[in-house]
Amino acid sequence: MSIIKTSYSRRSFLKVTALAGGGMMLSFSWLAGCNPTPEEALTLPKEWFELNSYIKIGENGAVTLMSPNPEFGSNVKTSMPMILAEELDINWKKVIVEQADFFPERFERQFTGGSQGIRLAWKPLRTAGATARQMLINAASKTWNVPAGEITTEGGILFHKPSGKKAGYGEMASKAAGLPVPKEVSLKHINDFKIIGSSRKNVEGLNIVTGKPMFTLDYKQEGMLIAMIVHPPAFGLKVKSVDDATARSMPGIRDVFTIKTLEDDYERNGFDTTSFTELVVVVGNTTWEVMNAKKALKPTWEKISDSSIVVQGRDGKETVTIPAGLESTEGHKASMAEMAKKPGNVLRKDGDPEGAFQKAARVIERTYSAPFLAHNTMEPVNCFAHVTAEKAEIYAPIQAPEFSMRTLTARLGLPKEKIHIRLARMGGGFGQRAYGHHLVEAAVISQKLNAPVKLVYTREDDMTYGIYRPMYTATYKAALDEKNNLIAYQVKAGGIPEGPLGHSQNRFPAGAVDNYLAEEWKQNSNITIGAFRAPRSNFLGGAEQSFLDEVAELAGKDPIAFRLELLERARKNPVGTDNDYDPERYAGVLKLVREKSNWSQTDNNVHRGVAAYFCHNTYVAQVIDLSMKENKPVVEKVYAAVDCGIVVNPDAAANMGEGAIVDGIGNAMFGEMTFVDGVPEKNNFDKYRIIRQMEAPKSIEVHFVQNEHDPTGLGEPLFPPIFAAMANALHKAKGVRLYNQPFSPQIDKKVLG
Amino acid sequence: MAVFILNINGKKQQVDVDPATPMLWVLRDHLNLVGTKYGCGIAACGACTIHLGNIAMRSCMLPVSQVGNQPVTTIEGLSEKGDHPVQKAWLEHDVAQCGYCQAGQIMNAAALLKANPHPGDAEIEAAMNGNLCRCATYVRIRAAIKTAAAG
Repeated sequence: MSIIKTSYSRRSFLKVTALAGGGMMLSFSWLAGCNPTPEEALTLPKEWFELNSYIKIGENGAVTLMSPNPEFGSNVKTSMPMILAEELDINWKKVIVEQADFFPERFERQFTGGSQGIRLAWKPLRTAGATARQMLINAASKTWNVPAGEITTEGGILFHKPSGKKAGYGEMASKAAGLPVPKEVSLKHINDFKIIGSSRKNVEGLNIVTGKPMFTLDYKQEGMLIAMIVHPPAFGLKVKSVDDATARSMPGIRDVFTIKTLEDDYERNGFDTTSFTELVVVVGNTTWEVMNAKKALKPTWEKISDSSIVVQGRDGKETVTIPAGLESTEGHKASMAEMAKKPGNVLRKDGDPEGAFQKAARVIERTYSAPFLAHNTMEPVNCFAHVTAEKAEIYAPIQAPEFSMRTLTARLGLPKEKIHIRLARMGGGFGQRAYGHHLVEAAVISQKLNAPVKLVYTREDDMTYGIYRPMYTATYKAALDEKNNLIAYQVKAGGIPEGPLGHSQNRFPAGAVDNYLAEEWKQNSNITIGAFRAPRSNFLGGAEQSFLDEVAELAGKDPIAFRLELLERARKNPVGTDNDYDPERYAGVLKLVREKSNWSQTDNNVHRGVAAYFCHNTYVAQVIDLSMKENKPVVEKVYAAVDCGIVVNPDAAANMGEGAIVDGIGNAMFGEMTFVDGVPEKNNFDKYRIIRQMEAPKSIEVHFVQNEHDPTGLGEPLFPPIFAAMANALHKAKGVRLYNQPFSPQIDKKVLG
Repeated sequence: MAVFILNINGKKQQVDVDPATPMLWVLRDHLNLVGTKYGCGIAACGACTIHLGNIAMRSCMLPVSQVGNQPVTTIEGLSEKGDHPVQKAWLEHDVAQCGYCQAGQIMNAAALLKANPHPGDAEIEAAMNGNLCRCATYVRIRAAIKTAAAG
């Protein structure tokens, strides 16, 4: 048990009247997977009593828990309420979960991304649960006239054992809601957890399998119009004019116009990324009618000029240059090769790398690359908006509503109190939904029409819109001495239009090598980029861990033993002081995956690749077992070892890990967006290859290290290393190293044929 | 525009639409059955899968004029209480992440099991290969189908 000051999340306890929600769907925790017995069946109370922003209790003992963060499939809508329920000490089967609207006065950090949801909500949610429980105890203490310290709770019931008194939370809820918030409360010892650490089904499970409306694309209201956009077909083009005569005359069409969504001189935040600030808009009654009219438009385009925008990013204010021109993948490859020859910006230097490379017995140098990637969430970009002179109602799939709010305020000319953002379940996010251009677009379209509007992108609009994972390259160099010890290590990496190293220069193997150098460069582009599951790490993890595998092989060492040797050096005698990883926890996942995969066991028909990585505060090691069937690689099994501290909802956590593994294998094998004259060459799933059922691993085991560390991120960390585990296993299968993603075309064409 | 009388989830439904309108948009925009999802519009992702008779069909490329009086089943009509064996298996394995593609996956799996009650691994993979899941829940989808088949 630990005592915690409630001021940590004081704003959660402000009594603020909630904005009217409307259309809210309740999620009953017991509905997923089993039929409740009559005793368990939950009836809605006559009245709710709010104990804090997150918790309402009815007079009948029903409990509503608010899930603050937007849900895009990472299970926060189940696991966050589990944390509240644990400290509140209630029966999970009596819980109703409600998605909170965006409401920063009531909720901490309503942001889903960076694998930080559970990590940063851990203390605020526990505190909110514990504080409500204490208020119920205090209410019972006053009612029964007994010391609060003698009152215990279990499963939503208050007990005073010396007198034999007991009462349900519902009986004390009214009185508790009127009591002052305690200044400090006790949190449970983790050994006393009953809900955290035991698997609970997705609270939306039944709604999902029965097809209930839960996404913005499913939303409808009286008088709502459908709006679709036409954006320039290429990066480097803008709207010149549009002949809309035919489209206007088509059935069901209400209006066609061109609209400026963001002013050129608007000082953007890091999530205001917008590929095209002027769009052609078609508005009509139904989706199919608008889709047809969209095809009948005859727009003309003109080339953009060089320009620049001011962006307030994570490293402060920055002027970003947007060059004119129609870029192509072939040109990108050539310019990246040129840029890689020039000196980069030095991010970290230890010892004397130059000297060490000169005296090395052996120098290994390899260059890796990866293409632009499209997110391709299954639910295409869409957003509902109803903007009037007085207020704006937005219902959006959005990971980062706080960043959209400022832009909506500026663009609509409404104060933030008059803008209400409801958070829809998202049909995938992967980073793309952190960028709220669709909220701004829907809002300005609705404002112009003075009507409720649902903006819908077609798959083609979505896939060719941009905000892609950047294109990257990295050259790694390793120096070995006569005894095959790693004496120097160098990485020089760059990308279009952003390098992959960024804030990662202090990651392993920095700290484990005496002589170390990390350099970075970037090249501007008019192709827009954005966060994509494990930004930057999603390339670095694969490249670095492929390189270390090859270095280990050339040094005649087992790849796991080689990494453990380096980690031991980093533990005993680290180089530098700002290494960002814990060598013992890093070694821990390698040892666990070695044990779980029976690494020492070999089978001539099974080709094994290993990789490990630390990002988003979580350690991961993975082993892939590959077989070749009819000359095609088949992933028979994947073993993952993960150290993310305490796991809130283990089965859902494993599900997320499995997804990240399969997603990573898919992107390593197939993921690629290419360009010709600024035009994205793939615009739908017939051209853009996404991993499918037949290519997925036959089985996956995700093992969590058992410890008492506070939880860290999970949505991203299993993604980066699997790229390398795949490359390393493919090397074992055919003896050929793969340096350039995607791997599949090389396998199909020549390398492994 | 033309009037069509459709047999959807056991009920007669009348719509007045362009005969070329795909069933996907008839269901979503005209009949408010939004469980059937739009993913690609070119029958390449399976999110819009419905049953025409006992056959799984991609509704995004199926014009309403070709449906006639064949019975149409959507995810909303697969079972009364979400207790079709495939739905139950999906809950047991807690398959979904974002959930967007799952109605299409479930409809495709239900049609597979109707035609082939005990499919082997290769048959499951082949039958389900047309249904994309961007969250990549494929391993659980396969396991859930086996559970449903084992009944």
